[in-house]
Amino acid sequence: MHLAYPAVLSALLFAIGVYGLLARRNAILVLMSVELMLNAVNLNLVAFDVWLSTTLRDTLHGGQALTLFTIALAAAEIGIGLAIVLLVYRNRGSSDVDRLRDTAETEADDDAEARAAEAALAADEARVATPYDSPAEKAEAAR
Amino acid sequence: MTTTTLAVLVPVLPLLGALAGLALGRVAPGFVRPLAVLPPLAATVLAALVAARQHGGPAIDAATELTPTGSVPVELALHLDGFAVVVAVLVAAVATCVQLYSTGYLREDPRYPSYAALVSLFTSAMLLVVYSGDLIVLLVGWEVMGICSYFLVGHYWETPEARSASLKAFLVTKLGDVPFLIGLFALAADTGSFRITRILDAVGNGGLDHPTLIALLLLAGVAGKSAQFPLHIWLPDAMAGPTPVSALIHAATMVAAGVYFVARLLPVFAASAAALVVLAVMAAVTMAGSALAALAQDDIKRVLAYSTIGQLGYMTAALAVADRSAAVFHLLTHGAFKALLFLAAGALIHAAGTNSLTAMARTGALRTRAADAYWTMTVALLALAALPPFSGFFSKEAVLGAAERAATGHTEAAPAVAGWIVLTAGLATALLTAAYATRLWLRAFHGQGAERPVHGPQPLVINVILWVLAAPSLALGLAYGVLGDWFGGASLAPTLTTSVLATGLALVGGLVTYGTWRHTTALAAARPRGPLEPQPESEAEMATEALTGHAPDDGDLAERPDPADPGRLLLGPLHRHAAAGFHLDAAARTLFVRPTLAAARLAAFLDREVVETYVRAGAAVPRLLGAAVRKSQTGNAQTYLTVLLAGALVLAVAAVLVTAAGA
Repeated sequence: MHLAYPAVLSALLFAIGVYGLLARRNAILVLMSVELMLNAVNLNLVAFDVWLSTTLRDTLHGGQALTLFTIALAAAEIGIGLAIVLLVYRNRGSSDVDRLRDTAETEADDDAEARAAEAALAADEARVATPYDSPAEKAEAAR
Repeated sequence: MTTTTLAVLVPVLPLLGALAGLALGRVAPGFVRPLAVLPPLAATVLAALVAARQHGGPAIDAATELTPTGSVPVELALHLDGFAVVVAVLVAAVATCVQLYSTGYLREDPRYPSYAALVSLFTSAMLLVVYSGDLIVLLVGWEVMGICSYFLVGHYWETPEARSASLKAFLVTKLGDVPFLIGLFALAADTGSFRITRILDAVGNGGLDHPTLIALLLLAGVAGKSAQFPLHIWLPDAMAGPTPVSALIHAATMVAAGVYFVARLLPVFAASAAALVVLAVMAAVTMAGSALAALAQDDIKRVLAYSTIGQLGYMTAALAVADRSAAVFHLLTHGAFKALLFLAAGALIHAAGTNSLTAMARTGALRTRAADAYWTMTVALLALAALPPFSGFFSKEAVLGAAERAATGHTEAAPAVAGWIVLTAGLATALLTAAYATRLWLRAFHGQGAERPVHGPQPLVINVILWVLAAPSLALGLAYGVLGDWFGGASLAPTLTTSVLATGLALVGGLVTYGTWRHTTALAAARPRGPLEPQPESEAEMATEALTGHAPDDGDLAERPDPADPGRLLLGPLHRHAAAGFHLDAAARTLFVRPTLAAARLAAFLDREVVETYVRAGAAVPRLLGAAVRKSQTGNAQTYLTVLLAGALVLAVAAVLVTAAGA
């Protein structure tokens, strides 16, 4: 089998995965897209391993070994990922990625910060209030 | 003990007394009075001993080098000539009298311990100036006096007058001290030493390169310290301090320092004829102007302040005709009778409950109420008016005689024009002095009207001090023969022409004022008076008012024109200007205060609007940038990933393109 078939297939899978990762809103589907990308890579690894062993007589089969690693890691990742999604869903009643925006900078944050800065500045100015504008001096000037 | 050791102890004892008084003031109040009185008293005795041992002989010099300075050395030096020892006795004696008087006058004052300690420090600084043989050491005493006068004039710092008066005294004298310091350095640069003896030697050998410049620079400091025109403006306002402090400043310390300094370095000033003429003009303007102003003042202490300025004018006039014996002689007699005048005025103010002459003129029986003050003040005023045989007569005649000798060309030391200026102004001032002394006497003690309630008897110590000071006011002038020997054999005897002229003018001044007073009093009595003195609410308040020396209850009374005032008739249209001190305060305000305030405002504006704008921009620009960047932080992880991917793609494409182009 020509190397082009698995390579194109894996590229398509990877592209679908990227699309899903960036565009899907459901966290579960996002995780599935990550799986798709990982498996696209796995497919690549296996295909090139075979190609290397036939053309270059490679006997180490590093591609296969790395694929096993990836599968193990992906299993661990999906376990933790699903657990997180479950907890988020339990806490918020939704696993919509678009709504999980706790770290966003909002206008309210901006305003509060600006107010705090101005208050500090005003306090500074009050502290260095000019001493020569004493009432006696003013009375003198008025006279 | 050697004379040198005794002389060292004279300034050191009041200094130790001051330090101990400051340290123990709160801990052991019982020690405050002895610590205030005993060190000046001991210093007086020691100064008298030093004077007796020195006795007009050759000057005693002693010096020890403090530390090598690399260039002109600064030495702790004593230079005890006839002038120094006699002036030191005066300073210590007046300080002792003031301290004793203060134990009675300020007996209820909560800040008495610090007050007494500062008076002792003041005395110590003046004694240091008097004895010092090194100009830098002298400068130390000179400046310590400046700061002490600041604190003492501002003793009643609760009142705005005292606060601004103390600041004014400090700033105006400092205005003179800056050129003074430069002058000292210039003098040292020309002669190579700060020691008075070496400077005088160098001057004797014609070793001054810039005599006029140095003399004029030094004169600025002298004018500030000795309250000469145009830097005299601080002295009348310094009346806001306690009366004994006024006595101390006016009689023995502070203002005497300037005159004494010129007397000590007279050859430096005499090396430049121009400087002597400037000194003569300064003295003439000061004398005549202050006497006119004194004739128009309503506050008794301000009258005395202007009279001090005038008498200091006489001393500088004597220096302008290069006769330091006459100047120091007048310094001595003036110290005695001016201390007496102020201390008696303090007693009188206590008895009358007011500072205002107008109010006193409407109060009867002050003569009997303050009998001691009346008699001693009469003696002191006669001495001030320079009638024989009171002390002021002899010293003033010595000044005028010296002026006459200079004017007629009998001395080589001073230019004749300086002599004529001094002589004319001196004679005119003799007339005016007698006039304002008579006015003060008549208005203060010969008032008619309701008596004021008595508030407490005078402490005995006050009256004793008055009589103690009356003796030298009466008789110190007769010692002109002895003092002449002490001052290096110069003749201080009065000469016939000037004596007759000056005494005649003084009598005319006194009699004219008396006649005017009779006239105006009769006129005022014929007319119905306006609403009279509003009585203070309680005796206690009145006593505090009298002691603190501010008379708010008479404030509006003093402003109102009083037809019974002979000064008003004598001065005519000049009265308004003279009462305001010839508007020199306004001139100083326009020339110095306003520009300074404007500069301060400009600096504040620049600081606030220009400098701070940079600071604020330094904070605001990063904040704006931060706000712009924060807009991209939406919290959506997918957006971040998209941007990351796009960026990675762009980078990859760029890398490929670059490699392709490079290949």
